[in-house]
Amino acid sequence: MKFTEEHEWLKEEGDLIVVGITEHAATQLGDVVFVELPDAGTTVSKDDEVVVIESVKAASDILAPLDGEIVEVNEALADSPSTVNDDAMEGGWFFKMKPSDLSPMDDYMDEAAYKKLID
Amino acid sequence: MSDLYKTPLHALHLELGAKMVPFAGYDMPVQYPLGVMKEHQHTREKAGLFDVSHMGQVIVRGASYKEAALGLETMIPVDILSLPEYRQRYGYFTNDQGGIEDDLMLANRGDHVFVVVNAACKAADIARLKAALEPAIQVTEITDRALLALQGPASETVLSALDPHAATLRFMDVATLDLDGVEAWVSRSGYTGEDGYEISVPAEQADHIARALLSHADVEPIGLGARDSLRLEAGLCLYGHDIDTTTTPGEAALTWAIQKSRRAGDRAGGFPGADVILSQLENGASRKRVGLIPEGRAPMREGVALYASEDSNTPIGTITSGGFGPTVGHPVAMGYVTTDHATKGTTVYGELRGKRLPLTVAAMPFTPAKFKR
Repeated sequence: MKFTEEHEWLKEEGDLIVVGITEHAATQLGDVVFVELPDAGTTVSKDDEVVVIESVKAASDILAPLDGEIVEVNEALADSPSTVNDDAMEGGWFFKMKPSDLSPMDDYMDEAAYKKLID
Repeated sequence: MSDLYKTPLHALHLELGAKMVPFAGYDMPVQYPLGVMKEHQHTREKAGLFDVSHMGQVIVRGASYKEAALGLETMIPVDILSLPEYRQRYGYFTNDQGGIEDDLMLANRGDHVFVVVNAACKAADIARLKAALEPAIQVTEITDRALLALQGPASETVLSALDPHAATLRFMDVATLDLDGVEAWVSRSGYTGEDGYEISVPAEQADHIARALLSHADVEPIGLGARDSLRLEAGLCLYGHDIDTTTTPGEAALTWAIQKSRRAGDRAGGFPGADVILSQLENGASRKRVGLIPEGRAPMREGVALYASEDSNTPIGTITSGGFGPTVGHPVAMGYVTTDHATKGTTVYGELRGKRLPLTVAAMPFTPAKFKR
């Protein structure tokens, strides 16, 4: 698993990358009340704003970590956005994407480096 | 952060694990470990303790209550003279354009008027009061007392355990209570839509009183985050957002605070902007503050422009407060729309991230008020 400075986690699943936010980020955001997800099939570029998370406090953007295509989104978050708080690292995933260029993955942090960032 | 003021409960907030933020020049708790959502729900279900010591507490004292009241009536369009002893009223300072300079609470405490004003406005309010009233009437800011709010259905039980007299107060009654040996200036009021009390105690005893209240199993400390969502669900205005120097009482739907005696008769008018405000009472205003319920799940917050249709070019208004309502379980908002769109049930459109999303003009409060009248 890799981590971005925007507190996203990226998990390889076959030729797809699953994207969510870390527990640390979810705690900082506070209670999540709404998640706006992209449509499956959307082509995105790295750093596009693809997800909006609304917490009781504010709206935050999630950026696409890679170029590619969104192939699946976590529809369950529509009814239970609080999963982002309760199960940030598993059930709270946002989308799966098929990257067209995997090279930025090497620049993202591993778990040890991410832990250092948030300490 | 060293330039921020601290309330007498600052150390207690840190001890309780609060997340602190700057607010109106003070280092204030925005939330405790419980989190905004649960703090909100706890207040509606049991009781929450809020530190509102950043607000301004002011004593206005003339030769008699009457003199102080009549002095304040030159600045505030409220009937302060006939406010019964140990009763409280909501009011606001107005300006010559009919706008609102600050909103406040006024209490008749026998021989003086006790005024509570917003933290962000208190310096200007006190300067305004002194300029208008002194030297005949003394204006004294009380800087050695903390202000707590205990809010929620369990408040009566909790406060009565310290002084049984608390239970005899009705909504907007004022009294001096003896809380564990501490002289407390108490009113049965608050800003959450729930039953509850606002409690002024000497700063050096504030920690003791706060701990005594928090020691009750039903009481949790509540931060500014939940205070905001609670007051929004209750349809109550936040100064600087829902009302300001450019919004009139008529536009803000706050004319209920102007009693008959200030509208007609020998004490009518006589406050800044009276011509504008009284004329709007007769003829209506061109825009109005309304409740708004987004049809979808996406919260729409302050600043979102409102339109009459999905494709119209000219906005008809703006959202001034909005967010998720934890008790109602969906987003809620308030804002201003032109009067022709202010009727309940009207659909308007908010522009959110480039999309026009529907909202319905709705009655406020969004949650029923639970005042002990």
